[in-house]
Amino acid sequence: MSTTTESLSTKRLTTRQGRRRNAKVVEGRFDSAMGWTPGFNATNIVRVILVILALLIFAVPFLIILSSAFDGAASSMAVKLWPSEPSLENLREAERLGVFGYLLNSFVIVGGGLLLQIVIAVLSSYALARHRFRGLGIVMALFLLTMMLPEEIIAIPLAQTIGDVAGTGLNLRGTPFGVILPVAVWGFSIFVMTEFMRDLPPEIEEAARLDGLGELRMLWSIILPMCKPVLGVVTIFGFMMIWDQYLLPLIAANSPDDYTLTVALRVLRAVPGSGSGVILFGALLALIPSLIIYLLMQKSLIRGIAAGATKG
Amino acid sequence: MTAPSTIDIVTAGGRRGGRRIPASVSFRRQLIPWLFLVPGLVLAIVFKFVPMFDGIRMSFLKVQPFLGDEFVGWDNYATVLGDKRFIESIGNTVTIAVFQTVGAVVVAFLLALLMEGSARWLRWTRTAVFLPVVTALAIIGEVWRILLFPSEAGFANRVIGFFGIPPQDFLSDPNQAIWWVVVVGIWTAAPYNMIILLAGLVGIDRTLYEASAMDGVSTWQRLRHIVIPSMRSSFAVVLTLAAIRALRVFTEVYVLTGGGPAGSTEVWMTRTFSLGFDQYKLGVASAASVILLVVTLVLTIGVQWITRRKGNN
Repeated sequence: MSTTTESLSTKRLTTRQGRRRNAKVVEGRFDSAMGWTPGFNATNIVRVILVILALLIFAVPFLIILSSAFDGAASSMAVKLWPSEPSLENLREAERLGVFGYLLNSFVIVGGGLLLQIVIAVLSSYALARHRFRGLGIVMALFLLTMMLPEEIIAIPLAQTIGDVAGTGLNLRGTPFGVILPVAVWGFSIFVMTEFMRDLPPEIEEAARLDGLGELRMLWSIILPMCKPVLGVVTIFGFMMIWDQYLLPLIAANSPDDYTLTVALRVLRAVPGSGSGVILFGALLALIPSLIIYLLMQKSLIRGIAAGATKG
Repeated sequence: MTAPSTIDIVTAGGRRGGRRIPASVSFRRQLIPWLFLVPGLVLAIVFKFVPMFDGIRMSFLKVQPFLGDEFVGWDNYATVLGDKRFIESIGNTVTIAVFQTVGAVVVAFLLALLMEGSARWLRWTRTAVFLPVVTALAIIGEVWRILLFPSEAGFANRVIGFFGIPPQDFLSDPNQAIWWVVVVGIWTAAPYNMIILLAGLVGIDRTLYEASAMDGVSTWQRLRHIVIPSMRSSFAVVLTLAAIRALRVFTEVYVLTGGGPAGSTEVWMTRTFSLGFDQYKLGVASAASVILLVVTLVLTIGVQWITRRKGNN
């Protein structure tokens, strides 16, 4: 783990230096690998055209979602960039098919799961980063191993576990906990947090200890406030990880009523007479929370990825 | 969880006082971190490790509810590796993993080169291009399935019709379905890779560009001899992460094609899923999962080992 830690922190450093350099100098031909120069010239026109092309390729599907969600005439055969019959027909149809119930399921799962995931990451990383004890290496290795056991690989036995937790007869199937508890321990958030906490200066902590602060108070009022940047990273990645869950809500459900919205999109497809408009209205609903989180926490997201983060 | 007073004793006695720490205090000091680790460890054991061992155990059993399980040795593994559809699905998985990974890195590198810079319009474009990363895979699958609708009036067919290309069946055509899965995969993964590669680009020493310009080096030579070599580690990270992840591809394929048409896009996980949850062959499906786990572990540890050895040299 130690080499990964080093490479991550040096990478972060170079990125930061690079940004600073960019900020100082006005964009010139030595500021990008391609040597782009600003102003009205041939290469820049080509560049603008290519950027617009890229924008079209990556943004058009989202415009289609938006337009079809409010297009009363949208069907698979005729999705358009602009609604041909603007209406709220899809909203009413979606409501009738219980889309808002699925959305509620999604919110309960992402709310509970994210909270628990962050609490566990904070508690575990506090122990791993700020304490020395026998067995630290083994615990690290165990958490690392959880990252290699994604839901897909353990899906079949996990489905049984959800129906009967560790042989206790406790059945989580059909409850939000069937999804919340399995996503609660995520190696990624634990490692990112641990790495960050390890770099905090020990002096403040020692002073607080001399003042007679207990461990929980220490974590809550000294360490956590210093962890704000990494809490942002852990929050947005945790949100994306839980919102993106597909197989898990599928196997943890008792009936389609328990599905999250993303999984339920497939159910909507099977309803006779429901056009693409209704499905894409559901897709839009499922997209909005991600968009809000993204726009609010864009910096944390970029920081996390640039630090060598993984999406899964 | 712990009474503050005990910790006070630990720290006051242990760190600053210079007195000998009584055995009971040092035991407490060893205990405290474990109390913080308990919630995470318990959940990891119950929802990760127990299922992992269960999966390994089941892979050697003929699982029969109500009849009692029967030990069958390596039979399930033999069934998996002898199953023609399974072998085909492994082939499809590797095809998707290779082409999607390489494609996403190439596209990401082109995007990164195109959009490097601190101008405001570039930042706005990057924000927009980045949207697929924050979008749930299921949504991406649904919208692309609709865009690629195999009729003349389907969106993609109208776009290619504009360039005079005859209408295609896309995901319904067994000969090209897998390539459209790859295209959607590249569309999804490229923006994410772009961010990692942009960080790599920004980190390149600018004086190298200036020096090379003095020597009259062309843009192509600059890319070839300065940019790409400087970004070797970024490429390595992106490629290995993506390749390992691609082996367990499930959601996109399940939503886009469900493994069809005629099994032409069946992958490791969709095949395992239908064995386990549609046909209830839990033992065979577990064996398939264990093989995937072993492959993933070997690849991950192998990559770690190689990067570590390179780091030491």
